[in-house]
Amino acid sequence: MTTQEYLKAERAQEWRLDIRKKIKNKDRMAFTRVEMPEVDPVVRSRNYEEVNLGLTADLAVAEAQRCLDCVDPTCITGCPVEINIPKFVKNIERGEFLEAARVLKETSALPAVCGRVCPQERQCESQCFYTVKLNKQAVAIGYLERFAADYEQQSGEMSVPDIAPSNGIKIAVVGSGPAGLAFAGDMVKFGYDVTVFEALHELGGVLRYGIPEFRLPNDVVDIEIDVLKKMGVKFITNIIVGKTISQEDLKEQGFKAIFIGSGAGLPNFMNIPGENLNGVMSCNEYLTRVNLMQASDPDSDTPVLMGKKVAVIGGGNTAMDAVRTARRLGAEKAMIVYRRSEEEMPARVEEVKHAKEEGIEFLNLHNPLQYEGNERGQVTRMELQRMELGEPDASGRRRPVAIEGDTRWIEVDEVIVSVGVSPNPLIPASFSGLEITKWGTIVVDDTMKSHENTIYAGGDIVRGGATVILAMGDGRKAAKSMHEKLLRAAD
Amino acid sequence: MNKIVSKENLSDRVVKFEIEAPLIAKSRRAGHFIMLRVGDKGERVPYTIADSDSAKGTITLVIQRVGKSSEKVCQLEAGDYVTDLVGPLGNATHVDKIGTVLCAGGGVGIAPMLPIIEAMKKAGNRVITVIGGRSRDYIILEDEVSKYSDEVIIMTDDGSYGQQGLITLGIEDVIKREKVDLCVTIGPAIMMKFVAQLTKKYDVKTMASLNTIMVDGTGMCGACRVSVGGKTKFVCVDGPEFDAHQVDFDEMLMRLKAYN
Ligand SMILES: Cc1cc2nc3c(=O)[nH]c(=O)nc-3n(C[C@H](O)[C@H](O)[C@H](O)COP(=O)(O)OP(=O)(O)OC[C@H]3O[C@@H](n4cnc5c(N)ncnc54)[C@H](O)[C@@H]3O)c2cc1C
Ligand SMILES: Cc1cc2nc3c(=O)[nH]c(=O)nc-3n(C[C@H](O)[C@H](O)[C@H](O)COP(=O)(O)OP(=O)(O)OC[C@H]3O[C@@H](n4cnc5c(N)ncnc54)[C@H](O)[C@@H]3O)c2cc1C
Ligand code: SF4
Ligand code: SF4
Ligand code: FES
Repeated sequence: MTTQEYLKAERAQEWRLDIRKKIKNKDRMAFTRVEMPEVDPVVRSRNYEEVNLGLTADLAVAEAQRCLDCVDPTCITGCPVEINIPKFVKNIERGEFLEAARVLKETSALPAVCGRVCPQERQCESQCFYTVKLNKQAVAIGYLERFAADYEQQSGEMSVPDIAPSNGIKIAVVGSGPAGLAFAGDMVKFGYDVTVFEALHELGGVLRYGIPEFRLPNDVVDIEIDVLKKMGVKFITNIIVGKTISQEDLKEQGFKAIFIGSGAGLPNFMNIPGENLNGVMSCNEYLTRVNLMQASDPDSDTPVLMGKKVAVIGGGNTAMDAVRTARRLGAEKAMIVYRRSEEEMPARVEEVKHAKEEGIEFLNLHNPLQYEGNERGQVTRMELQRMELGEPDASGRRRPVAIEGDTRWIEVDEVIVSVGVSPNPLIPASFSGLEITKWGTIVVDDTMKSHENTIYAGGDIVRGGATVILAMGDGRKAAKSMHEKLLRAAD
Repeated sequence: MNKIVSKENLSDRVVKFEIEAPLIAKSRRAGHFIMLRVGDKGERVPYTIADSDSAKGTITLVIQRVGKSSEKVCQLEAGDYVTDLVGPLGNATHVDKIGTVLCAGGGVGIAPMLPIIEAMKKAGNRVITVIGGRSRDYIILEDEVSKYSDEVIIMTDDGSYGQQGLITLGIEDVIKREKVDLCVTIGPAIMMKFVAQLTKKYDVKTMASLNTIMVDGTGMCGACRVSVGGKTKFVCVDGPEFDAHQVDFDEMLMRLKAYN
């Protein structure tokens, strides 16, 4: 059966027909999109609580009613892992919330995470019939996904998927970010003996050390990891593959194949004067101190600078997370300095909206030229170059060009540089047989297999900085193709 | 969780630990370090692996009490556990038969120097070690150092042991006396700065092992960055050893004060 045929067959099921008949399409289209209940901006910019409270069951059902259960559900084409969106949404409409969660899990390993952090407005929701044909607000697919996944998490009835009988084949996973977790989950289902090695002392990769609690609470990640543990995945923290144990060690210990999901953890700097002053740091350093090391907790031994006038350089999700964190740590002025305009910002639209509500200032079309400090080497001010938009570049975004002579100084006491990350070089440097691009990413074929037959890779180490859902999709794809390959080899 | 197998006080301020870490004991080489963490609220701090025993599966750390985190480690006893320990990190020392190697270790820098002294000696070099400290109490591991050194010169600021004077005085005597092919220095940043100034004057190639502030120790945060030859480097992954004549020690000294 092709995917199309499968979707059609699913759509033809009786309960779907019934649900479709219950409300006229004209009426469905007249409903307005739900608003996500949020914590008040003034309150939340002083604490670490999750900003989005989540939909109530009533709101979720109301939103699900908007979905037309299209003959050609274009929304699915916008989702990198092709979640059967109408099927899960219609399950919400008929009140089968656990069933909705189950549908999500057919394709997504971490729905509670993706519902929160996917750039939906650029993925599924951008291809929704409402967006494409009606010029109306899309069905809130992300909110609904989060609702169903949270409902399952809170129900205490987390389904632990069926697991094939153990085949005793040992598989190693490098890194516990979304790519590694998704891969591990599928392989353990297929019956493999899976061990995940993580360099840090906590699991989850960027989900733990990068994305703050006000956007993705740690509990949500913990619950998913617990399910994997229950399914039999072994996790070992504080092991750096390539340092603590080598490629050969893994072989000796009987691991038959390896999946590398080591991420893009290397922070980029701009190499401008004054960047090594105290108070200027990478976004990774800032967020790691706060999220992984809990530096804002007075009992924590790890310090973090709590600036009053904080500038964050960049316009991505990472930058928004940092600037909103700075606000929560007491910054009176918390600014985004971005060299293009808001339209080009790579951050999720919701994050920009939340940032604005929380009083974040946006210095768009500005680029830092240099920093200056006081006699103790602490940053005190920065020089900014005004920019304007020129011709589109290779990425299709209009290129920022400096407006000659238009510069100014502003006072800062903390600067967080968030201008992108590069692939973690540890594995490429210590493994043999891999093919590495000049950007430091690992080359894989369309089955996620690297140049070396027993090594697969996915997520940011292959893509050089992408999204949670893409990393997760890579992990699942790698699991599928590795499984098929190992089966063939066993025949 | 890694178990502390033994603890020995080398002086009032310096403690030697043997800690279970079989994988690290097996794969580590001279110059490597680890990051450890004590307690759930503890910070990740780096310490050099001073020695290891792959048969016993242990590594040796020599830790000086200087502040909150080092104090926390030093309060642990044999039988206690370190919450997290990860490594080996950094690049191993480049060991070659070069000729005469002068190892200059100050204070607690003597401990991380130990594996380098041993490796240099075993590679067939003539090894002259100059160790320095404020007073007799600061001179640690003298026996261990002597075992692999052709000559050991001890300097104390107050003259309570060995010769009186700064470590640079001892180094200069050797350089004036004989041809030195390589100097390796580990110690407080300010000491390494003056060692580098001195050896530069005599045109003796010098490697310094830098002890910057770190968070992850794996290249992820950039807290450890230093300027070397005008370029920004990450000590944890590009180092910890660098050409001392290229290191901007003033910037490093400034960055070390970020949280004081
Ligand atoms: C602050 C921030 C906010 C973001 N916001 C969003 C968002 O809103 N939406 C979105 O879709 N994406 C977002 N992203 C991007 C997204 O998080 C990443 O694309 C995704 O996490 C990549 O997953 P991964 O599994 O490839 O790697 P990672 O999540 O980076 O995980 C890699 C893991 O491997 C470990 N590791 C590395 N080397 C080794 C080794 N040698 N041995 C053992 N372990 C190793 C690392 O410690 C890490 O835990 C954000 C990223 C950041 C930094
Ligand atoms: C590669 C390397 C190897 C080292 N080897 C040894 C060794 O073998 N023996 C030894 O005694 N010391 C060693 N050090 C130094 C040791 O890590 C520091 O002395 C110790 O971390 C200081 O912490 P503290 O809280 O006790 O001191 P304090 O001086 O009170 O530190 C104050 C604050 O500064 C920050 N800080 C200072 N230094 C560091 C650091 N290096 N990493 C993280 N944060 C820091 C911390 O946030 C700390 O809370 C090494 C350092 C490096 C980088
Ligand atoms: S995983 Fe992301 S893109 Fe796919 S349906 Fe869910 S929110 Fe949309
Ligand atoms: S395109 Fe929109 S309306 Fe149509 S099925 Fe998908 S979510 Fe529902
Ligand atoms: S300690 Fe984080 S990059 Fe070196």
